[in-house]
Amino acid sequence: MNFFTNFFVAAVLAGTPLLFGILGEIINEKSGHLNLGVEGMMSIGACAGFMMGYKTDNLLLALIAAFAAGMLGALIYAVLTVTFMADQNVTGLTLTIFGIGLSNFFGDFVREKSGATSLKLPSGILDSLGKVEIPLLSDIPVLGKLFFNYNIFVYLGIVAAILCGIYLHRTKAGLNIRAVGENPAAADAAGLPVTRLKYINLMLGGGICGIGGAYCSMIICNGVWISNCVNGLGWIAVALVIFATWNPNKAIFAALVFGAFSVLKYYVPKSVIRIPDSIFDMVPFFMTILVLIITSIRSSKENSQPQSCGVNYFREER
Amino acid sequence: MRYQNRKKREVTQLALDKVENAIELRGITKTFGSVVANDHIDLDVRRGEILALLGENGSGKTTLMNMISGIYHPDEGSIHVNGREVVINSPMDAKKLGIGMIHQHFKLVDVFSAMDNVVIGAEGKRIKPRELKEKILELTKKFGLEVDPEKKIYNMSVSEKQTVEILKVLYRNADILILDEPTAVLTPQETQKLFAILRRMKEQGSAIIIITHKLNEVMEISDRVTILRKGKSIDTVNTAETNEKQLTELMVGRPVTLEIDRPKCENVHTRLKVVDLSVKKADGTMALKDLSFEIKAGEILGVAGIAGSGQKELCEAIAGLVPVETGAVLHNKENIIGKTPKQINNLGISLGFVPEDRLGMGLVASMGMVDNMLLKSYDKAKGIFVDRKPAKKLAEELVERLEIMTPNVETPVRLLSGGNVQKVLLGREIESEPSVLITAYPVRGLDINSSYTIYDLLNEQKKKGVAVMFIGEDLDVLLEISDRIMVLCHGEVTGIVDAAVTTKEELGLMMTGSKREGVKADG
Repeated sequence: MNFFTNFFVAAVLAGTPLLFGILGEIINEKSGHLNLGVEGMMSIGACAGFMMGYKTDNLLLALIAAFAAGMLGALIYAVLTVTFMADQNVTGLTLTIFGIGLSNFFGDFVREKSGATSLKLPSGILDSLGKVEIPLLSDIPVLGKLFFNYNIFVYLGIVAAILCGIYLHRTKAGLNIRAVGENPAAADAAGLPVTRLKYINLMLGGGICGIGGAYCSMIICNGVWISNCVNGLGWIAVALVIFATWNPNKAIFAALVFGAFSVLKYYVPKSVIRIPDSIFDMVPFFMTILVLIITSIRSSKENSQPQSCGVNYFREER
Repeated sequence: MRYQNRKKREVTQLALDKVENAIELRGITKTFGSVVANDHIDLDVRRGEILALLGENGSGKTTLMNMISGIYHPDEGSIHVNGREVVINSPMDAKKLGIGMIHQHFKLVDVFSAMDNVVIGAEGKRIKPRELKEKILELTKKFGLEVDPEKKIYNMSVSEKQTVEILKVLYRNADILILDEPTAVLTPQETQKLFAILRRMKEQGSAIIIITHKLNEVMEISDRVTILRKGKSIDTVNTAETNEKQLTELMVGRPVTLEIDRPKCENVHTRLKVVDLSVKKADGTMALKDLSFEIKAGEILGVAGIAGSGQKELCEAIAGLVPVETGAVLHNKENIIGKTPKQINNLGISLGFVPEDRLGMGLVASMGMVDNMLLKSYDKAKGIFVDRKPAKKLAEELVERLEIMTPNVETPVRLLSGGNVQKVLLGREIESEPSVLITAYPVRGLDINSSYTIYDLLNEQKKKGVAVMFIGEDLDVLLEISDRIMVLCHGEVTGIVDAAVTTKEELGLMMTGSKREGVKADG
């Protein structure tokens, strides 16, 4: 039992950055943009969040910085694809390369300047990154440990997923942005400000990805700056959007499942199966491929990619 | 408030001597690159009238209307709405002025329900689904529309989708309605239903513009007609004081005969025999169900049906492009099902295929005429190098014989006009001397002149003893050119009739499956 709880908790922790990435990408794709720059936006967010935390020792400011940096990354993408109608795939790939490069460069720059061999977050912020105990709930046996014994990011992620679900499926603004993603010409003819809505939602998604990045640099790396800290999670998130069928609530499940795969190697007793660690490292990526194949076979009108996702909209096109 | 305004307007409408113009266009000019789409066009639409905007394809009708609805912005000229000069920069502006447009290609979100589509972009707070549904049902009752508010668009027929578009406009209290070729995809019965709705809206004081090139509909529904030709407004006439012949002359610019030839052919015999053909769509539903019919040498078999009734799959199944579930296509007792286009060709059976999507499936848009000719004959040459000379000669011959307007034979075909593209494609297929010629919507988007050239070419083939299949959408044309007409409904044959004795209404009933003729009921 204890073994299972530990495994579950580890899976949740490993899945949280994915959850942010998936949510951000869902909002991007729902607004009609296949943004392959999730990895880049997460990297920028990772760097900005870490550096703000490093300088100010304040978690809230660090989160805001990560969110803002993710938004800025998305802004570049939005300007290029929405306003200048650049190819979405190429722009997204470029954003990824740019984001990783920029955050590595900036991280190295700050480390060199500080004169230390490594950058470590100050103790104040590290404390606030620890487990947040919720009175009463955390004390429930087993359940308390399973569900109410995490760092602030995990709760934030769950809340964000629920809010995204409400936003997309229960509000007028959500209806509007879904219309834009499905058929921008219809949305335009209905009098919606297509360009503005795309900008807003691309940047919102970018900001959420940025938070996911901050998780990578601040929690996964234990508060020490490491280059390439996002390490492919952004790519898995893009693929998992399909697994989650563009549904923020299912994103929680998708993130949990893949979190579990990525920590599997620590929880399979060596006495049972003896295979190299690198095989386990491969599992999440391998599963991603499987998921992409399986989900592409299934055909449902509602639970599929928004119809105009990946296609830029130009009103006067003839 | 708006509603009261409308009431007031209705009262003023009754005083016939005081007619208010809902829209006035003055000197509207719009150019795309070097092409002048609209050249100083003036246009008036009054409240409580239906104005038909008549013109051939490419005469600038849709461009003009797109400027009223905010899709384009005019280069020159002014737009007045309700007597006030306005600037319309976006569809949002048009919406605020009470202008609603129903585009030829519907602007609906497929995965949304009818109600969600109606409410996108509507002003005010989000209203509860239940209230919204009631509001919509109230509107449908008032205007006599039939639509289920909760039905998803992708489950709807074309006519239902159009109803949703109308509902969208009504929901916003728009009182200036523009319809771009609304009847192109409707059965005669559905057209009548639409016209009834339009008349009711007219009675309520709306101003309605209907774009069309069908003369009989102009005569039936409109109060006045404005004719455009090559981007210029030629004339505006009262419908009651004109006739179809005069309108055609105004539209084309010279007298034309409107009759399509139907030459009688000797020695008509079965060329292709289709037996119990069933085809599945990609999503697993049946596109064609147990189709059985014959295509005869020396006749034109017309195929009528609502868009998406299986026409595309039928063409592609015969051409050997899609796998079939069951059935056979016999060409002189040889089953060609299961064979690739090349294998069919190797059997000595020459199939000519003019697909619906000319620049997607028929021709390679970015290649010139010569290279497109080569696509049909590439495997005849020996060796690894391509001999372009025969293809070039063929291309030049076609240009001369079919009067194809192109700068030269190497110009990418996508730069040619629709009529010329079709001539290139049909010309190439005819040159291969087919024994069976399948044409899908061969005159769609073509002006009257080009259309008649195509009809002549098809008749010529028929006289040569080719078996021609003509999939069409304009029932008037089908009735005139075909010898027999096969009607498809949801992938089933609902009738095979003699074109000389059947009527449009009968075809319409068969298209919706409410009548069967010449076929066994339920197989």
